[in-house]
Amino acid sequence: MKAVFSALVAGALLGLGLGVSGMTQADKVINFLDLSDAWDPSLAFVMGGAIGVHLVLYRLILLRRSPLFADRFGIPTRTDFDAKLVGGAALFGVGWALGGYCPGPGLVSLSSGAVNAVVFVGSLTLGILGYQAFQTYQQNAVADTTVANERVA
Amino acid sequence: MLTEFTPVAALAGGALIGLGASVMLLFNGRIAGISGVYKGILRPVPGDLFWRIAFVGGLVAAGLALMFLAPSAVAPTQARSIGMTAIAGLVVGVGVTMGNGCTSGHGVCGLSRFSRRSLLATVTFMATGMATATAIQVMFGGSL
Repeated sequence: MKAVFSALVAGALLGLGLGVSGMTQADKVINFLDLSDAWDPSLAFVMGGAIGVHLVLYRLILLRRSPLFADRFGIPTRTDFDAKLVGGAALFGVGWALGGYCPGPGLVSLSSGAVNAVVFVGSLTLGILGYQAFQTYQQNAVADTTVANERVA
Repeated sequence: MLTEFTPVAALAGGALIGLGASVMLLFNGRIAGISGVYKGILRPVPGDLFWRIAFVGGLVAAGLALMFLAPSAVAPTQARSIGMTAIAGLVVGVGVTMGNGCTSGHGVCGLSRFSRRSLLATVTFMATGMATATAIQVMFGGSL
């Protein structure tokens, strides 16, 4: 229960930060990404502020053996490069520029009832569900092939 | 549409984002990757759901507060049509699922912990994002 409350606080802080920083204004995002015309560099300062704070606190927090409301830290450990990482990030960048929203600002902007935000979150959800279904299909196909190969062997 | 350069608000808001990510790590031991948390709601695992709903609830609650405190912060863009926004959402959804993260997970949390995967992802999405937005400006005058 405590962990649910702290997640709510973390989400609220992040959401306020996205709003205060200008990340929820798709026009600002687009003007940061568009280098050709009246460039607005604000979003570089958002990244700077966020990383500046988290870079330091991340290291201080990890001096602890465990988090306050959970058994252990769950930090990603992968260091390999793969095509999915690059391809996924490339697609994400294209979509970000097409709509002016990334997932966080889309969710924060839902409250305004703005059609853009509602449509974005809806199709974002469909995109995630679609790719998850594709992943499951792929995994099952691999599993089937493995079973078939074992039978042959 | 022209937007004003707002370095102070950007830095202050960025600091809040960094603080939120740190609260998530200190109390929940989790990386505050927004797309990752949201994905876990769409494909729920027993015992790993309520904190995710609360986190997204916090984002939405912040949006409600912004509606009253600073309505222009959550006002929609005029530069993109609804149809284009729908396509954008699909592309972002596939991209963040395939690439395991977005601006928060890779851009903020990943770079803060010097993850080389996140650095590669961030450089990639910044590059394709800038190429796409610049192309839309040059070819279509900025509206699509």
